[in-house]
Amino acid sequence: MDDKLIIAGHEIKNRFMLGTGKFSSNEMMKASLESSGAHIVTVALRRVDIKSKNENILKFIPESCIIMTNTSGARNADEAVRIARLAQAMGCSEWIKIEVINDNKHLLPDNLETIRATEILAKEGFIVMPYCNPDLYDARRLKNAGAASIMPLGAPIGTNKGLKTKELIKILIEEIDLPIVVDAGIGRPSHAAEAMELGASAVLVNTAVSVAENPVLMAEAFALAVKAGRYAYNSGPGAIRDTADSSSPLTGFLR
Amino acid sequence: MLIEVNGESKEIDRKISVREFLLELGANPKVIVVELNRSILEQSQWNNTVLKENDKIEIISFVGGG
Repeated sequence: MDDKLIIAGHEIKNRFMLGTGKFSSNEMMKASLESSGAHIVTVALRRVDIKSKNENILKFIPESCIIMTNTSGARNADEAVRIARLAQAMGCSEWIKIEVINDNKHLLPDNLETIRATEILAKEGFIVMPYCNPDLYDARRLKNAGAASIMPLGAPIGTNKGLKTKELIKILIEEIDLPIVVDAGIGRPSHAAEAMELGASAVLVNTAVSVAENPVLMAEAFALAVKAGRYAYNSGPGAIRDTADSSSPLTGFLR
Repeated sequence: MLIEVNGESKEIDRKISVREFLLELGANPKVIVVELNRSILEQSQWNNTVLKENDKIEIISFVGGG
């Protein structure tokens, strides 16, 4: 069946998106990206540590990937805008994930500042994918501000706890006419499959892959789970019932 | 004179262009972007921009991130 994911007019060839943080080496990151088949890959920007030899991380990302810069490190909208413009000056693509965080304990996104940054950057022509708390009204505001997709969190970043916000994400999937990409907190391939079965358009994972003992294998496991979850969603699962319903004929064996 | 590089003050002893300064630091021009006093300084401007007292320079690069 025809089941394309289109974001801002671009066909995204894989519903599994992968971050590049916390890998043990650039080589490990590259191998994981390859086994994941991810089409959208996130990176971040930081001050250069002059004393250490800095390798160009972009060289380790397959050329077929869309590189999306994450504004992580931004504490407000202005900093997010500044980071986006720096990424643009580096010749990176116009894809930008807005992440504005000013609570260092819980790492929850600041929706208000995220909406402000989305509005500014969408006007400047960026393809804006805002990371947010799954609030219906804020998701509508993000859409009106020009977001290309909405990226609600499943659980706080790096916790691997899964879809703790499931009911709220479900509402966004039903109500917001944009691709919903579940980002953050997804710790196991089963969580990713669950998000896809709900009807999410894609998931973005980083920690769960990069800190696995075998990131290359885990990346592939996630890619398969995302695909399985999408197939399940498309095939229309049966209703959940409180009472048993035999799958074999209910007549006795011989009479 | 004193300038600020990535948040740390640094003494420089002569007139020096941004390009020369970056090369002396050992920064790889291919993988960085530079902000001078909060404005992006395009690579084409690195040669003819000379650092002055109290300039604030930020040298930024891509890193892994989610």
